[in-house]
Amino acid sequence: MLAPVPGEIMSIESVIAANRFGLGARPGELKRAEPDPKIYLLEQLQGPSSQPAYIRDLPRSDKILAEVLRIRKEQRALKKKAGGEPIPESMKMYGSTVRHFYVDQVGARFRNCVQTDYPFHERLVHFWSNHFAVSADKQPVSAVAGAFENEVIRPNLGGKFIDLLLAAEKHPAMILYLDNEKSVGPNSDFAKSGKRRRKKKRPADINENLAREILELHTLGVDGGYRQGDVTAFAKVLTGWSMGSDQGRQKAGTPGAFLFRENTHEPDSQVIMGERYGQHGVAQGEAVLHKLARHTSTARFVADKLVRHFVADDPSVAMVDRVAAVFLESGGDLPRVHEALVNSKESWQAPLSKYKTPEEFVISTFRAFDYVPGKTKTIIRALEQMGQSPFRPGSPAGWPDTADHWGGADALYKRIEWANSVARIAGTRVNPLELGEMVLGANFSDHTRTAISRAESVVQGTTLLLASPDFQRR
Amino acid sequence: MLHRRELLKRAGIGALAAGFPGLVFAKAETDARLVVFILRGAMDGMAMLAPYGDGNYAGLRGELALAAPGHEGGLLKADGLFGIHPALKHTHELYQKRQALFVHAVASPYRERSHFEGQDQLENGSTAGNFLRDGWLNRALEPLAGGQGNEKAIAISQNTPLVLRGSQPVTSWAPSRMPDANEDTLHRIESLYAHDEFFATRLAQAIHAREIAGGMSGVQQKRGKQAKQLKALMQASARFLSAENGPRIAVLESGGWDTHARQGAASGSLANKFAMLDQGIMALQQELGSVWAKTVVMVVTEFGRTVKVNGTRGTDHGTATAAMLVGGAVNGGRVVADWPGLAPSNLYQGRDLYPTTDIRSVFKGVLGQHLNLQESFLDKHVFPGGKPASMIENLIRV
Repeated sequence: MLAPVPGEIMSIESVIAANRFGLGARPGELKRAEPDPKIYLLEQLQGPSSQPAYIRDLPRSDKILAEVLRIRKEQRALKKKAGGEPIPESMKMYGSTVRHFYVDQVGARFRNCVQTDYPFHERLVHFWSNHFAVSADKQPVSAVAGAFENEVIRPNLGGKFIDLLLAAEKHPAMILYLDNEKSVGPNSDFAKSGKRRRKKKRPADINENLAREILELHTLGVDGGYRQGDVTAFAKVLTGWSMGSDQGRQKAGTPGAFLFRENTHEPDSQVIMGERYGQHGVAQGEAVLHKLARHTSTARFVADKLVRHFVADDPSVAMVDRVAAVFLESGGDLPRVHEALVNSKESWQAPLSKYKTPEEFVISTFRAFDYVPGKTKTIIRALEQMGQSPFRPGSPAGWPDTADHWGGADALYKRIEWANSVARIAGTRVNPLELGEMVLGANFSDHTRTAISRAESVVQGTTLLLASPDFQRR
Repeated sequence: MLHRRELLKRAGIGALAAGFPGLVFAKAETDARLVVFILRGAMDGMAMLAPYGDGNYAGLRGELALAAPGHEGGLLKADGLFGIHPALKHTHELYQKRQALFVHAVASPYRERSHFEGQDQLENGSTAGNFLRDGWLNRALEPLAGGQGNEKAIAISQNTPLVLRGSQPVTSWAPSRMPDANEDTLHRIESLYAHDEFFATRLAQAIHAREIAGGMSGVQQKRGKQAKQLKALMQASARFLSAENGPRIAVLESGGWDTHARQGAASGSLANKFAMLDQGIMALQQELGSVWAKTVVMVVTEFGRTVKVNGTRGTDHGTATAAMLVGGAVNGGRVVADWPGLAPSNLYQGRDLYPTTDIRSVFKGVLGQHLNLQESFLDKHVFPGGKPASMIENLIRV
């Protein structure tokens, strides 16, 4: 039996700051937040002045894509040589290269989640990265999903929504994920010229995927007031938004970096939601994005998602209205929008209403121990088991943000198994009652405390702490 | 090809029961098994069941068109109008044994082209918008006399898809590769959860599912091929459905059907997906043994894809698609379709296959004829709101 430890109990506000806004308290974090939990959060809004070396030193996505595409080209050449038979070794080589990049990026992300002194900012990074989801289950996006977060999301949370939007839609990971690199304007030079392979009689045409998801998932939201004709026109506007390459007929620009290809761009002006866009080249798409970024539907859609993420599965209309108003009047100034979340009274009301996602659960576990596992594969495997493979939401909508999605019976069982295996690793180095005080503060219930104090072993006590409803909610 | 049957008038037994309210909710004792398999991403129904006999098919589908039956890489013949994708070999054998049935030009009432709304509406069974937060299959469970610890339905995934969410207890299971927590720890966690219904209910369900799954060490999730994983999940589903007092309904889902680019024809990425599905069905059938005779597997997706090929050798989001019923209890060997035709003027908004059958008519047919649920109950509680969809007759072997 474990002896209870007397100590100063940290306020529910500090617990909310560290768990609802942050990524789960590290030992000592509640104490740091205690003097003024709001200030503690507001000071994190701009994020760290520089990224830790293990993120900064990761290869950039243009380099990664250039390499991955080069291997793919070799693979194709070998296959052709072998009379169309795929070569197992070269397929393996491709797979292991992609996997290597993926694992390194996931590892850096989790390390940062545990070590960062800006957990609120880091949660915002995750939120926006999920808003602009590029899912690693599509090739070669796996190799750059983490790079997308580091290159698009991290540097752009201190500015306006439009800058984030432009960065996201121009990033090759997004372009590849939503198939835009091959979307061709039917009246473009490329479609009309003899450059296309003659044997294919297929007329060049657009692919609507990117245009639709920008409207539906990144800006206006599905009821935001656009129609099929707007999607088609916007897809034409976006033709030419592509990626540089050093191969074959695609040779142009910097391999693996954004490139506007004038020759595949549909030259005409387009009407989208009643407004005519007559700009030339890439400016046409930029003008549409500027317009979308200011739209009231976008403000509401973003506000609704933010409030759902931070406060409750069923967001209060009043709070959504308030946050949307800040979005509109500040011209989509992200720090001001984020600040509005902190300044809303609803954010500070108990009970802790959000059921952690598997990722939040795992991250908060590591933070409680201030421990980063050496093997990233362990984390990836555990999250797969709980239903949330890192960077693999499986769709451009990203991960859902409500308990009715994450509340599967089996998924809870997997969390318990995870709690148990983490507790075994931690062994007797921790006292679960002290740990409970340190990470749950005023939210550490007597019921959980009693259960832990009656545990037959430290390992069992730690399992109970991590599996407790107190720990699994934020 | 059979034309869509007249709707079953709400008469007969339904009307009789309506006169005696107690009977409407009479427990429906059923030995029938139902598997609902949701393909997420909008499966191309025109590839699953291609209308090779439609004069406009080959022209519109261009390089994605499949050859007529009898040609190299050609379709497997269903009838004079339709052919089954060549990767669905086993399904075609089932079709010949009259154990597979297709419904074509089918769609939910949803008419926009968002995956996420489309899936919500497929799963909540509503007529318009997303006003129902629970799933039609959950609502249909009420008369099946299930309960806590005796759930009639299971999601073969860690989390529960919308179609099964709601007030009726359901459970879920997915294979594990983590070490089990010991008995004593689990008991203590159970009592730790006693005051919190959200946690208590879910843990009880998970433990129960694990008791049934006990003997399933062979189903440990293998790394690698998706096909292997699906096969393992299908075998696990079969074990659950065969267990005494186990669940009678299983829901599975599979992603990756959103073929915007390079979807391929007789071979290629979509063909590989079909082959995976085909092998999964075969694995389920083998593992079910004699229970297969009582089983219906319903394969559905949120909507279809454009008839024409897009600029990236794939297809974009469309409207009507195909659905498939397989199983020993299916009255199969036929295609149920009120075929709208592919002439340009017959396409929905000039681009999509025109929907002529409501997917809820299929759901109603299966729930009514296979699970013996009364039509009045289905219209009032399972698919409420709006004009009731007609029920397709004769889906199930008598």
